[in-house]
This record gives sequence, structure tokens and C-alpha cells, in this order.
Amino acid sequence: MHASSHVPDAAGRFGEFGGRYVPETLTYALDQLAEEYERAVKDSAFQAELDELWKNYVGRPSPLYHARRLSEQCGGAQIWLKREDLNHTGAHKINNTLGQALLTRRMGKTRVIAETGAGQHGVATATACARFGLPCVVYMGEEDIRRQAPNVFSMKLLGAEVRPVTSGSRTLRDAINEAMRDWMSSVETTHYILGSVVGPHPFPRIVRDFQSVIGREARSQSREQLGRLPEMVVACVGGGSNAAGMFYPFVEDEGVELVGVEAGGRGELPGQHAATLSFGHPGVLHGSYSFVMQDEDGQTCDVHSISAGLDYPGVGPEHSYWKASGRVRYIHCRDDEAMAAFDALARNEGILPALESSHAVAKAMELASQRSKEEAIIVCLSGRGDKDAAEIARLKGNAEFGMRSAE
Amino acid sequence: MSAIDQVFQQLRSQGRKAFIPFVTAGDPDLDFTADVLRELGKRGCSLCEIGVPYSDPIADGPVIQASYTRALERKIKLREILGMTARVSREIEAPLVTMVSYAIVYRHGLEAFVREAKETGVAGAIVPDLLVEESGPLAEICRREDFSLIQLVTPTTPRERAVRIADASSGFLYCVSVTGITGERRSLPPQLLENIAWLREQTELPLCIGFGVSQPEHVQQLAPVADGVIVGSAIVRRIAEAAVHPRDHVLADVGRYVESLMAALNPDGAA
Ligand SMILES: Cc1ncc(COP(=O)(O)O)c(C=O)c1O
Repeated sequence: MHASSHVPDAAGRFGEFGGRYVPETLTYALDQLAEEYERAVKDSAFQAELDELWKNYVGRPSPLYHARRLSEQCGGAQIWLKREDLNHTGAHKINNTLGQALLTRRMGKTRVIAETGAGQHGVATATACARFGLPCVVYMGEEDIRRQAPNVFSMKLLGAEVRPVTSGSRTLRDAINEAMRDWMSSVETTHYILGSVVGPHPFPRIVRDFQSVIGREARSQSREQLGRLPEMVVACVGGGSNAAGMFYPFVEDEGVELVGVEAGGRGELPGQHAATLSFGHPGVLHGSYSFVMQDEDGQTCDVHSISAGLDYPGVGPEHSYWKASGRVRYIHCRDDEAMAAFDALARNEGILPALESSHAVAKAMELASQRSKEEAIIVCLSGRGDKDAAEIARLKGNAEFGMRSAE
Repeated sequence: MSAIDQVFQQLRSQGRKAFIPFVTAGDPDLDFTADVLRELGKRGCSLCEIGVPYSDPIADGPVIQASYTRALERKIKLREILGMTARVSREIEAPLVTMVSYAIVYRHGLEAFVREAKETGVAGAIVPDLLVEESGPLAEICRREDFSLIQLVTPTTPRERAVRIADASSGFLYCVSVTGITGERRSLPPQLLENIAWLREQTELPLCIGFGVSQPEHVQQLAPVADGVIVGSAIVRRIAEAAVHPRDHVLADVGRYVESLMAALNPDGAA
């Protein structure tokens, strides 16, 4: 099967994946969002306003940086970093939240809700809401509030209310459940700014489109700086938004190998990882038909990742489509490999990557070492690691950090 | 004609309304769920809705969510729930209807789910996250098996869409009273009666109202316009007491509560 970039169809299908599996109450708002988005993409003023925000508020285009010392360390292909970590708020998430905040205003909605895992989407939503004067409630699992504390402070400073979620695994999946439940009651006045390419149609498409600025820029920067397209593009996959935004503009470039890196956690047994595309099955979660980690009864499984942003048992439907068509290869990276890549990038390039992005860096380093020096690999450095510094120190738990040991 | 159609035909000929309780399967265990269903059958409930616990129920409020979590902590399986319905459906007259997430139905296999549920005496299913647009394949199987697929309309459903949903529904039409999740409410939304009256002109299907219904006053308000009322959280909350109180007390409490609502629904008729 050939992967088309002319997806999804009107029903939100990427091949057989996607669609809309939500309570009837939400249909009206999803239709309204889909229609408003159609109008917005045809409205040059909308795109102009978003471009201006991306440029002067976010700082786009983000640079494409040749990580020479890291490349030398690996002794193979050149590693180039697409620096989404340099965006305002420190990750790719802001690309999407500004777009959706503009849509919120167009729809005349007066309140915003969001879920967050790593807190990056929460911060990016709180930021966009401050910028547009919208009240904002962010749902965040208790476990994530603990491990991503710096982002919780930022959200509050930006004027958002952070509501702890204590159900289930107290992580991203439960935060999405709570945000959906809020939306069930508030749908007439509230827009739900979903943070990844997951959920019911039209979210997977809208978020992909807004994030595609990453891949479009990387593609033209590659032409300018390398004089050609890269041989390979690598990105980490949680829900899949930075990867979808990075890959989508390259889908029709058959010479460019696309590699998605999921969270391999502590090992390959159930519950030890969050590598949905590697170990899951097609099924339904959070309003969409896609790969999901679930048991033989259809109950969603608990998953694990060291990084809150990848600790999710589902994945966006377009990734399932790309997997089924063979267009993207999905691999996984263990917690300890991601930690080692964090150190490698910090020590060799002076860049602290987000733990999520460290998964992509780890596998890019491995792949680079197997390729020739003439080849180029672009890695989506989806976010910066300041938010993770304290948690990494805790996990390392040694005297190096002047802290008591972990556990 | 399905078992559910027969129930409503009989009720209509008697000028009576359906009382439909909702219970979570396996909270605190399936034996007690079976006891509760027998009690509800004895009290004259017209239909019983059985909630199949799901890990990520986004249409449910805290009470039903917590009951699902408790049941799943004991690793309850669909197979065991259907084992329970197989026993109970032979003992009580009221048809059983499952409330089940599409995640579960899909994983089980659409065909297998409908066939096995039917074999265990289940008469139909409510699939709260299956929109009419996506319901084609399951609806087709349900039609073939004479298994009701009950669809939902809500206050946010545009009118032409509501007509489409009613056309696709079988057994009855589930009218969600509020824009929101399940859970007890003090009062019902003001436009509800008007919406129901409008729906009445669009469809022959029985109209049953659920979400938020918990007080005799609610039931009195709805009795003149509805064919039935569905009560969930208020019953599930009482059943949850079985974790700390003797089970016979809890059964009696549920029975008394249900009776008070049924008296408000059909004031002059005996159960
Ligand atoms: C820096 C960073 N990268 C990646 C992710 C994973 O999300 P996605 O797969 O949608 O890009 C997150 C999520 O919080 C993140 O903060």
C-alpha cells in the first residue's frame, strides 16, 4: 500500500484508522471545529496571523543545526537537529496551541481546557490562553505533576488552573479522560485544545497540519544547508504530534527514510513500555481507531515510560496508517538509552534535550553509527530538558547532584 | 420483534411507563450483581441495564467511574459477565441490556459479541461511544440477530441529526437529559420536556430518558412525556455500600429506593 498525503477523508479516516468514537454529546462541537477549520484554511488572514505569531512570538523558523561533535562521537552519518527546543515555551507544542487558540476565538468560545503529560502542552496552552485572554484549565495526572513540577509552576504563573487527576494511572491517558469529561458538560462554551495527533476527527488532522510547519521548514532548510533532502528523519512518538509534523511533508519523498521512536521503557514485557505501534493492536481509545495497548477484553493497559510525554497507551491514527503502509518504520528506545543520549547531547553539544526528544536522539545516534559520513539524519529535537533536570537528578540519585539517592 | 419491543408494546397497552435501572456488573462482585438484578426483577423493573466496566469511560461521572474501577481491580472479564447474565436472564422477566464501550465490543469482535450476548439472554446493547455514522457494521449484525442497538440523542444533537439517529435505533431511543456526564442532578434541564415532545412527533420508538434522573420529583415530571426513565448513579451509589454494609441491607435499600421511584412513575398501577 502506498501512503498518501491526501488523508484523512471527510470521515477522518487515514486508511482504515481514525474516525470518531465519542459520546453523541461531543459530535456537535467536533463538527463545528471541523467546519471552522475548513473555513480557516481557506482564509488567508487566518494563516497570516498564525505565521506572524509563529515568527515573532514563537521565534520560527527554528534552526536546523549540524551536531558535529555528537556526529563524530557516533562515527557515522551526520546528525542534524531540528531545534524545536528553541521555540517559545521550549517545545513544539506551541505550534499547535496558537493555531487552536485562533480557532477558539473564531468559534466564539470563551474558555479553554487541555490535558498534559510532560506539562509542555499545558504550558503551551496556558501561554496561548494568556496571549488571547482566555481562561484555561489544564488536567494533569498526579504522577506527572510530581515528575514535571517546573511546568506546573509555569502554568500557574501563566494564569492557568491545573487540576490534578487522581484516577487510573494518574498520567496522560487519565488526564485526557478528565478533559473529555469536562468537555462533555462545557462543550457549548469551551474549546478543548488537544495536544497531540490523537482523539476523534478532526483533531488528528488539525494538529498534524499545525505541526507540519516543523517538516516544511526542515525540508527547505535541508535543501539550503545540505543542498538536498536528508537520507533519514527521526522523531519520538508519544501521541505522535512532533513526529507527524516532522514526517508529513516528507511522506511523498520516497528517498527519505522515516523512523519513529517509541518509549521502550524498562523492557518488552507488558506494562514495562509504551511502545504502542510495536506491541499493541488496532482498537479504540480516546475517540479514535488506531493501535492501542489493551488486553484481550479491550481494557486499556497500564504502560510505562521514564518520560511523561511518551507515557501513553495510544498513538495517533495517521501513525497506524503509516505503519500499515510501511512508509514509516517504528522502533523503540529504552529508558536507560534515552538517559544516555540525554548525557551525550548535553556533554557534546551543550544542549539539554527533553527526555521525550532524548529517545529520538538515542536511536538517531545508533542509526548514524551504521551509516556513512555522506549521509544526513535529521532528528526532531522536540523540546528542551530543563523540565526534566530535577527528575533526572533524582533518578541518578547520587552524590554528584548533592541529593539523597532515589528510592 | 425483540424482547424489548414486546416489553414496550405491553406497557403501552397498559398505559404504563418503563422503569430501567442501571447496575455495574461485578461491583462488588458478580454474585451480588446477580442478587441485585433478581431484586430489581422482583420489584417489577421493566428492563435492566448492565454496565460493562471499562477502563476509560468518558461519558461517566465519578460514581459510575469508581464502580468500574472497583470491578476492574478484581480483573472482571466480559466472559464472566455474560456467564452471570446467562443465569439471571432465565430467572427474571425483565430483558437485560448491556451498556458497553465500543472498545470492548470491537476487541471482542462485533459478530462474536452480539452472538454471545444474545445466547446468554441479553436483548440489546447501548454503545455510548458509537456514533450513528460509525454504527453501520454493528447495526447490520444486530438487525440480523434481532438484537436491539439502542442509540442516544442528547441536548446538543441538531434536530435533523436526531431524526437520523432515531431511524437507526432499535428497541428504544435513549434520550440523554443533560449536556454532560452521568451522575445525580438536583433538577432536570428546562428544555427537556419540550425536546421530548418534539422527538415524539418524529419517531414511533419508545423514548427513555436518562442521565441525572434520581428523585421521585424528576420521575413525576418525566412520566407524562416519556416511555421510560433510566436511573444509574443513584443505584450504583447505593450498591457501593455493599463494600461496608451487610448485603441484605443494601439489597433492601436498593429495593425501597427503586420502589419509591416506580410509585412516582406509575402512581395508580401496581408494580
Ligand atoms: C518535548 C516533547 N516531545 C515529545 C512529546 C510527545 O508528544 P508527541 O508525540 O505528540 O509529539 C512531548 C509531550 O509532552 C513533549 O513535551
